[in-house]
Amino acid sequence: MEISYRELITVLHGMGFGALFMLAFSGAIGVIYATAVAGGRWPSSSPHIRMFRFYLISMSALAWLTVLSGTYLVYPWYRAKPPPGATDLAGFPQKLLMSSPHTAGWHSLGMEWKEHVSWFTPIAMTMVAYVFIHYGPQLARQRALRNVVLAFTAVAFLSTGVAGVFGAFLYSRAPVRGGPQVVLMGAN
Amino acid sequence: MSAPDPGPAPPPELPSGPGAAAILSAGFGCLVFGLLAFAGDASPAIKQAFILWKPSGPLSGVSSLAIVAWLFAWFILALLWARREINLAWVTAVSLAMLAAGLLLTFPPFMDLLQGK
Repeated sequence: MEISYRELITVLHGMGFGALFMLAFSGAIGVIYATAVAGGRWPSSSPHIRMFRFYLISMSALAWLTVLSGTYLVYPWYRAKPPPGATDLAGFPQKLLMSSPHTAGWHSLGMEWKEHVSWFTPIAMTMVAYVFIHYGPQLARQRALRNVVLAFTAVAFLSTGVAGVFGAFLYSRAPVRGGPQVVLMGAN
Repeated sequence: MSAPDPGPAPPPELPSGPGAAAILSAGFGCLVFGLLAFAGDASPAIKQAFILWKPSGPLSGVSSLAIVAWLFAWFILALLWARREINLAWVTAVSLAMLAAGLLLTFPPFMDLLQGK
């Protein structure tokens, strides 16, 4: 069982960092909401605070890893230019999509939006992590701070969702492939 | 009979300044990102100038400049507001407005609309 190096990195970018980040969202929103309903009683003990700090820092790190791997590893392969006269565009996803009016929108809307909006996520989540770490249990009494943190968290979720959905559709129509083959499992 | 132990005193309330600085600068960073993305889309010369690393094209410049602007704004605001109480109502309103504007400016149909395409 083999996979090309570029596919492996693309899967790591989307499913490793991006999807893991999306999975972590429900936990983050749950705890931020818990501060609202618990009021001054939240959180109950310091291990909970430490765990949530670690959780948010990890989410922030995942968001940075997702956009950095996307922008500096996968995106250059996606936008690679074919040699003049090339007819097989399989190794040039952007050009492949733009070669047909039926698929050009996946680039002009999908990728153009995805490549920009996804950067909002690490900015928002870094701020969210900082505010939680700085204020800790006091955030339970800071309703305005907590609400704006929730709003930024929701936008980070939306941005990641847009990037993830378009990423999946783009990959299904014009996959990033190439590079040396990586053996995942030997033949029996 | 002695009074029951009230336990440790709660820590003093932290000023809202550092939180406000983080929130406002995050909104500003998103707005700058949107403005730079729009500028690159509207002007071929600006798009060319944003190419800091050729394999990633203009996205390398847009993202790098927006991150620098965000961190710089955060650093300055954090210094200015470190011990101050800031009115969070206007910080929230301005931050969310900048975030919404930034989001709109990255949406290709909205970019096209602004350029009359």
